Amino acid sequence: MAWHIIALQQLINGLALGSVYALIALGYTMVYGIIRLINFAHGDIYMLGAYFGFYAITMLKLPLVPAMIVSMAAAAVVGVLLERIAYKPLRNSSRIAVLITAIGASLLLQSTAQLVFGASFKPFPQAMAFRRIQLGPVFMTNRQLLIFGVAVLLMVILHVIVQYTKLGKAMRAVSMDKEAALLMGINVDRIISATFAIGSALAAAAGILVGMYYNRIDPYMGMMPGLKAFVAAVLGGIGVVPGAVLGGLLMGVAENMVVTLGSSTLRDAVAFAILIVVLLFRPNGLLGKKGIEKV
Amino acid sequence: MNKLTSLISGAILLFIYLLVQLLERQGILLAYHVQILSLCCINIILVVSLNLINGFTGQFSIGHAGFFAIGAYASAYLTVTWQVPFIFAIICGGILAGIAGLAVGLPALRLRGDYLAIATLGFGEIIRVIILNTDAVGGARGFSGIPKYTTFGLAYLTAIITVVVIRNFVNSDYGRACLAVREDEIAAESLGVNSTYFKVLAFTIGAFFAGAAGTLFSHYLQYMAPTPSQIGFVKSIDILIMLVLGGLGSITGSVIAAIVLTVIPELLRGFAEYRMIIYPILLILVMLYRPSGLLAGQEFSLASLAQLFKGAKAHGNHS
Repeated sequence: MAWHIIALQQLINGLALGSVYALIALGYTMVYGIIRLINFAHGDIYMLGAYFGFYAITMLKLPLVPAMIVSMAAAAVVGVLLERIAYKPLRNSSRIAVLITAIGASLLLQSTAQLVFGASFKPFPQAMAFRRIQLGPVFMTNRQLLIFGVAVLLMVILHVIVQYTKLGKAMRAVSMDKEAALLMGINVDRIISATFAIGSALAAAAGILVGMYYNRIDPYMGMMPGLKAFVAAVLGGIGVVPGAVLGGLLMGVAENMVVTLGSSTLRDAVAFAILIVVLLFRPNGLLGKKGIEKV
Repeated sequence: MNKLTSLISGAILLFIYLLVQLLERQGILLAYHVQILSLCCINIILVVSLNLINGFTGQFSIGHAGFFAIGAYASAYLTVTWQVPFIFAIICGGILAGIAGLAVGLPALRLRGDYLAIATLGFGEIIRVIILNTDAVGGARGFSGIPKYTTFGLAYLTAIITVVVIRNFVNSDYGRACLAVREDEIAAESLGVNSTYFKVLAFTIGAFFAGAAGTLFSHYLQYMAPTPSQIGFVKSIDILIMLVLGGLGSITGSVIAAIVLTVIPELLRGFAEYRMIIYPILLILVMLYRPSGLLAGQEFSLASLAQLFKGAKAHGNHS
């Protein structure tokens, strides 16, 4: 195959993977935008979402779309509980204390999942038959199409919520200035919970899509994609919603390119190399606004 | 007073060492127990050196396992391929890790808080992936056939050296500057403290000792596997848990936490699967109720003990 066809093919694969990163990154960026917290446990919510979807399909015998909705709702509940129990009491503590708590929450979700669901991986039920869709010289699998389609749909819904609803307006207000928002009569606690709920639901959807894509889920599946999605959020500019989407897509493409060019074990290093470069040369991210440091 | 207490401390430390040796000779302590004690010493080195970076200088690093890995692998390569003397390998492992610390610290320490944490985590993972892809150190198969040079005595001695060096560093002018950077970087800068210099210095020293710990570790287990739990971020987070539970900015706390959290999992082997549930809950509870750790900023020393006995007559704070 000519190199440009390979590149095009990898671009398609990268966009499919990248849209998953983008979905997870959205949760990171929204939470960070509102309470300046890196929610380390976000990757584990994504893992839980995959398991919820798994049980919804196998035990409740639900078709894919209702299963996804059930899983998103359940993950949203977990996200809100996490925020209420672990993060809310620390809202006025040092950033380091909150960060350590987030790491603790992540470990807790992971090891609980391992205990409840078992440490070994589970094959994810296939809700649709595998098919290739030929697009000229390159192809796309129907699963990739599904991932891409669902991701875009959810992003559009999120965009509408953030830009055109009262909730979205309140979220933007809180992320700009929490005190001022409070003075304007916005229930800040409720907005923060809503942010966690939306972010967790998006992560759960990503979890199910990845479960279907790779055919397997396990209790540790959230760790790496979680970290990479965080890098994607930083790359796009953390706290900026379109930035997360851009960062996620770029990250997916970059990773696939590296796998094509070199070794597949290097793929995990790419994300962190990108992170370090971005932090050094453009710490506010590609779409981030320049902040002024105040004393 | 000062000379006397150091003499007494030295005598107590020597006594513990001789006691362990004696009990081992008598067959009361089995090889397994001595192994746990050696691991305690290695963990003390790791936690105390991370404390210098996180606790005293306030730079939140969660990539400590990266330096540990550099020390472990580099020194093992030296002893296996070139049969260098072990003492030399320990120092080389430490120096290489220190150089890596310098190389990472210079750019990364411009970042703050959350970003620094993620960057150091990323650095640690990059090191692991590089090791995974380096055939000379076994790649994904792991590095086996490392000679067993580490003895309890050596680990014990290194741990003592680490504690003494870092304690003296913290109590020196340099240490004061690090504390100033931790408390308020901008205020420290305006008083003429070159904050970047001290941050990088603390980072490099911490990395050096982590590398030395890695050397001791690889020459103890004789096998290194490039897994997250041995040299990746699971390891980093293990060290972090010990540090945080012991208390940021307390060397005593670090030492106690390193010992307790090395011994307890061994005692509770039967509950191994609950360990990783209990640890994070402890971590969250400590953050909720005592965010600076159990022994934050407090130190135990013979001098302060003597102070305690003198009671009301004492004045001034010696801790």
